[in-house]
Amino acid sequence: MLSFVIAALAAPSTVIYADRVYPVSSPMIADGFVRIEEGRIVEIGSADAYRSSDEDIVLRCTVLTPGLVDARATVGLTGQYNIDHDQDMLEHSNPIQPELRAIDAYNTQERLVEWVREFGTTTVHTGHAPGELVSGRTMICKTNGTTVEDAIIRSDAMVACTLGEGALKKDGKSPGTRSKSMALLRQKFIDAREYADKLDRDEEDKEPKKRDLQLEALVNVLNGEMPLLVHANRTHDIMNALRLREEFEIDIVLDGGAEAYRLIDEIRESGVPVIVHPQMIRMYGEMENAAFTTASLLSDAGIPIAIQTGYESYVPKVRVLVFEASQAAAHGLGFDRALQACTLDAARLLNIDDRVGSLDIGKDADLAMWDGDPFEWTTHCTGVLIDGEHVSTTVR
Amino acid sequence: MLVIALSAAIAASSPAATLFTNGKVIPVTGPEIDDGHVFVENGRIVSVGEADAFAAPKAMEYDVIDLQGGVLMPGLICTHSHIGGWGGGDGTAPIQPETRILDAIDVQDPGFRRAVAGGLTTLNIMPGSGHLCSGQTVYVKLREADTIDDQVIRTASGGIAGGLKMANGTNPQRNPPFPGTRGKAAALVRQQFIAAQEYMDRIERAGDDMDKRPDRDLGLEIMAEVLRGERVVHHHTHRHDDIMTVLRLAKEFGFRVVLHHVSDGWKVADEIAAAGVPCSIIVVDSPGGKQEAIDIDFKTGRVLAEAGVSIAYHTDDWITDSRYFLRSPAMGIRAGLDRTTALRSVTINAAEMLDLGDRTGSIEIGKDADLVWLSGDPFSVYTTVHGTWVEGDRVFDRTDQEDLLFAQGGWGAGNAERPYMCCEEHQSGGNQ
Repeated sequence: MLSFVIAALAAPSTVIYADRVYPVSSPMIADGFVRIEEGRIVEIGSADAYRSSDEDIVLRCTVLTPGLVDARATVGLTGQYNIDHDQDMLEHSNPIQPELRAIDAYNTQERLVEWVREFGTTTVHTGHAPGELVSGRTMICKTNGTTVEDAIIRSDAMVACTLGEGALKKDGKSPGTRSKSMALLRQKFIDAREYADKLDRDEEDKEPKKRDLQLEALVNVLNGEMPLLVHANRTHDIMNALRLREEFEIDIVLDGGAEAYRLIDEIRESGVPVIVHPQMIRMYGEMENAAFTTASLLSDAGIPIAIQTGYESYVPKVRVLVFEASQAAAHGLGFDRALQACTLDAARLLNIDDRVGSLDIGKDADLAMWDGDPFEWTTHCTGVLIDGEHVSTTVR
Repeated sequence: MLVIALSAAIAASSPAATLFTNGKVIPVTGPEIDDGHVFVENGRIVSVGEADAFAAPKAMEYDVIDLQGGVLMPGLICTHSHIGGWGGGDGTAPIQPETRILDAIDVQDPGFRRAVAGGLTTLNIMPGSGHLCSGQTVYVKLREADTIDDQVIRTASGGIAGGLKMANGTNPQRNPPFPGTRGKAAALVRQQFIAAQEYMDRIERAGDDMDKRPDRDLGLEIMAEVLRGERVVHHHTHRHDDIMTVLRLAKEFGFRVVLHHVSDGWKVADEIAAAGVPCSIIVVDSPGGKQEAIDIDFKTGRVLAEAGVSIAYHTDDWITDSRYFLRSPAMGIRAGLDRTTALRSVTINAAEMLDLGDRTGSIEIGKDADLVWLSGDPFSVYTTVHGTWVEGDRVFDRTDQEDLLFAQGGWGAGNAERPYMCCEEHQSGGNQ
């Protein structure tokens, strides 16, 4: 009688059996299962320990991993056609525009969002691309949802900044040099600090505040509410980022880091994490000395890393996280750390590991199913769940 | 006498003979040999078979390469590469067959070092796709070289082996004198082929009368080679209707053609098969990036192969890096391509598309010893290239620190040159 009552009251479960379950936060479970209720993981363990009931929705796969977390993307702001109509990742009217929000530009219906979802990516940290000194504010969202409101995890994640060649302009436009870039940026942070001070005084004087969206965003960075995401690849650009961090006592996250392997000690001492550039990035310009081994070298040194898909102006219009992680796995990072770098490590770096990034009881039921080692070129992603919903059944 | 002296000098500088043993041999044109051997002498393959079938030649010293349980397969052949920098036609005209990529290649470009690190031994280096015809391509062997001439493959008659690069679709569309539409593009190309036909007729009618011969025209001479079937057209084309336009023109003028990229190839596979035209496929990780490639699909290789089309993959290096060239056929396998065709697609099929099928592209007696030694399965991401040989000479050795630098990247592996990515600014600048 009691069991009947429980069965009647319990929400329907989804149970996924897999030959190998990788919770990431704990060792692989051979012949394991994960049970999901109301969008959350409620049970995980050896399949011997669970007998599914008739009411359960049962799914099976060879390998089960957490849904992948892309630590730095532009998908949703960059569309497949690559025409004005679907390119919202860069606004060139001003080199410093932290007031631009990703949520106002993210297209949930973009086919490339669906594309990355079908390859197991369930969470993206996306937003304005590298290419302007301060290009906008990023956001973190799930890769499903009809509206951005459905998808959002955090609407204001980081302020995206670009140091080095990517943000330099020609024909006398500013910034034309690295020194000018840093001068503009420092001045803006000083303005933001004075703005914050003035707001405090206004508070005391009971005078109405005059809000400045641009400076507000930088005040958020100064207050430690948002990190500065600094795209920097050359050695001197990385050092400029670290210097900026010290001067303004702000949190930064390095994005790119093509030459970060030359600054292992400096980066480790700063405690700054690195979202390493896409592994299949083209080696030219400031990426000319990029290495497949950067992720493993940084990780070996104890520097927190994550893997990203970044931004492409041409093809492939979006990169696919599992493909980029594959290359890192094959170049020193190995299977376990590569999987971690595109799941739990990325979630920790984004401060969303209470919800996603590993298969743990209570976390969002975001999972990717595979028919083999996810990093093998010939393995398929056979299905994807987000918040317990089977959002992709396409075999990719 | 001169000939004898020359060949003696070549023999003296040739590498010692080499035995490859203790690994799997994938000849591509024959069954895989789990425990095989390959014996190389004077840059040619002289023996291939089971390991215990190897009979050591008497009174001959030779190196032994222990494959350590790995795989030996033919050196990889890329039918479409841009390593060595920009080149070909300039902005003055849409059709410039007189230009040669040979004259623009920087043989010291680190891209060449990366290519051998990826197991590549033969390339078709091409000018870009921003013209209806951007010039002559060149077929090279990735020999150690101080000049591009060291790498050029020579034809039987001593000429420079290569094809002719052509393109349609949106890349060659610009302001006049370039075409603004597809109809105009086809009309310009047809007019040029007709001009070449008339040029050939005038030469034929003149016979031995040199006074009646037309003035030499470098561009029309090359077009004439194409019309005579001596030079293959390598044709950039994405959309299904553009593919059909290439087939229509090839039929009208009777030229030999390889279709390149073929993003929409899966939509017109039967038509391509009926035309008997081979295809060289690009793999890009997501659809689009340009409008005519929004339906690009990993299944293209499978669909074309099932229709009976000979397929190859290409790097389009810089578009994709030569160091993971094997990933392209592997992505084909991911979408259902059979393993045998996948192996052929980067070896013998590619060689045949460059008219080099009798020299390279498989491990067979008498062929050039163009070989790559892999740590394991060719289509696994975890497999690394241990060594690459071109005509018996080792051009990549993973245990060599400098070679390793180019294999992995890192400080000093750099290349400051702007890569070839056709129309990137055009595509991303929103000025379409």
